[in-house]
Amino acid sequence: MISVKNIQVIFGKGTPLQKQALNGVDLTIEQGSFVTVIGSNGAGKSTLLGVLAGDVLPSAGQVTIGTTDVTRKGTAARAGLVARVFQDPLTGSCGALSIEENLALAAKRGEARGLTAALGPKRREHFRERIAELNLGLEKRMGDRMDLLSGGQRQAVSLVMATLAGSEVLLLDEHTAALDPGMAEFVMNLTQKIVSERKLTTMMVTHSMRQALDYGHRTIMLHGGEIVLDVAGDSRKELQVEDLIAMFRRIRGQTLDDDALLIG
Amino acid sequence: MSVIAFWGAVELGLVYAFVALGVFLAFRVLDFPDLTVDGSFPLGAAVTAVLIIAGFNPWLAAGVAMVAGAAAGIVTAMLNVRFKILNLLASILTMIALFSVNLRVMGKPNVALINADTMLSPFYGLGLRDFYVRPLFIGVLVIIAIIVVWRFLESDAGLAMRATGANARMARAQGVDTNRQIYLGMAISNALVALGGALFAQTNGFADVTSGVGTIVVGLAAVIIGETLLGARGILIALIGCVLGSILYRIAIQLALSTDMLGLQASDLNFVTAALVTFALVLPRLRRGGAA
Repeated sequence: MISVKNIQVIFGKGTPLQKQALNGVDLTIEQGSFVTVIGSNGAGKSTLLGVLAGDVLPSAGQVTIGTTDVTRKGTAARAGLVARVFQDPLTGSCGALSIEENLALAAKRGEARGLTAALGPKRREHFRERIAELNLGLEKRMGDRMDLLSGGQRQAVSLVMATLAGSEVLLLDEHTAALDPGMAEFVMNLTQKIVSERKLTTMMVTHSMRQALDYGHRTIMLHGGEIVLDVAGDSRKELQVEDLIAMFRRIRGQTLDDDALLIG
Repeated sequence: MSVIAFWGAVELGLVYAFVALGVFLAFRVLDFPDLTVDGSFPLGAAVTAVLIIAGFNPWLAAGVAMVAGAAAGIVTAMLNVRFKILNLLASILTMIALFSVNLRVMGKPNVALINADTMLSPFYGLGLRDFYVRPLFIGVLVIIAIIVVWRFLESDAGLAMRATGANARMARAQGVDTNRQIYLGMAISNALVALGGALFAQTNGFADVTSGVGTIVVGLAAVIIGETLLGARGILIALIGCVLGSILYRIAIQLALSTDMLGLQASDLNFVTAALVTFALVLPRLRRGGAA
């Protein structure tokens, strides 16, 4: 479960560039629920994700993940609760390490790391099985450096990495945005499979309204650091991309000039 | 080059192999350009020399030297992590401060260890000539160091350190406290360098406050020569490359200085060093075929 209460985030406080990135956001995501988040550039999507991941510490409010209050915990300190896939495939994995070393690193997420060999025979076999499930042929390349893989392959491996260690929540930060359409679909299907199999509490930020409506149980839209739309259940099923755009116009009373919202 | 000069070069190369391993940890694993080594090398020499003269066991003296080196590394890490000073500058600050510290430790610019018991004393007089004993003894220590560092870097803890240097953001997302890794890595790196200094003092019979000048260049030269020769083929090969690079570097220097034809003299050492390092840096680009 994720619970954020009255979150305030202000960037550049006291400077001419001061910006209220999140303004009193309240949000509760139930255990096992899959929420998609949309909004234009600067709406606060990435900031909200950063608040959950620990990259951004709010100036006011409270963040709870599972039963733990993580408001003041940094990224590393809460990593045991949070699994994450980044937008940039280069950020989520370590290019200089091999595929299996990346997996070994992720398998110990949030745990103490001792002097045991990171790649014992048992762990190697386990990693190979998990990678073989992707059907990308990567199980034959476990010792290859991660930076030899394509962006899509890296995102697929990142998804496996996110599930090797237990976690309360899975955060997806526009994780298909940098991929070609075919690979993006592959990664989304994989995401869907992993999330439903493991019943993960998931929040996915996306630029694509199509994705936002096709996947998950609930969609929220951010604008100007506030939640302006929150739909789930039947009313969400009937919702079309066109409705979302119309709704966006109505709520904000302004014309839509962000092409990115229309893509997909 | 005489046999004695050759084995002397190998011996010095093995002593500086500890520096190369330390530099590898800082520069390559942690991606932390650390010049502290110019201070922690003579620190190790100073601490071990003073302790041996005071009657302590030479092994213990080397151990204390490592602790002192680790402390120096922690100071640099703290300046960088806690006080946000640029890593290169933080290490330069520690380095120049250590010059004074080393003078204080020794009480004078150099300390002689003539006739004092060292780690090597029990091995002289076992039938092998002295100039074979020294490289053999240090070679064994180097092999132990390689194995320890290799096993560490391939453990869970070592993987966290490598990720810290390669992709800090990813490391944090995996729960790695990257600041702690910098403290730990700098401590291990400078402990190895100080051990090199301690062995230098024990094999050469003196500690000198100026012996640290250019240590970083020598260490870096060894790392780069090793990479040039062996390429990127995993941690163990890279570590062996550091040692090989360190030895070859010393032999090359010895060759350059002992070839009468070149007309070089001992005072040209620093120029030859710079030329060799430049050569080692340029060579991989030339091999890749071109104007890169």
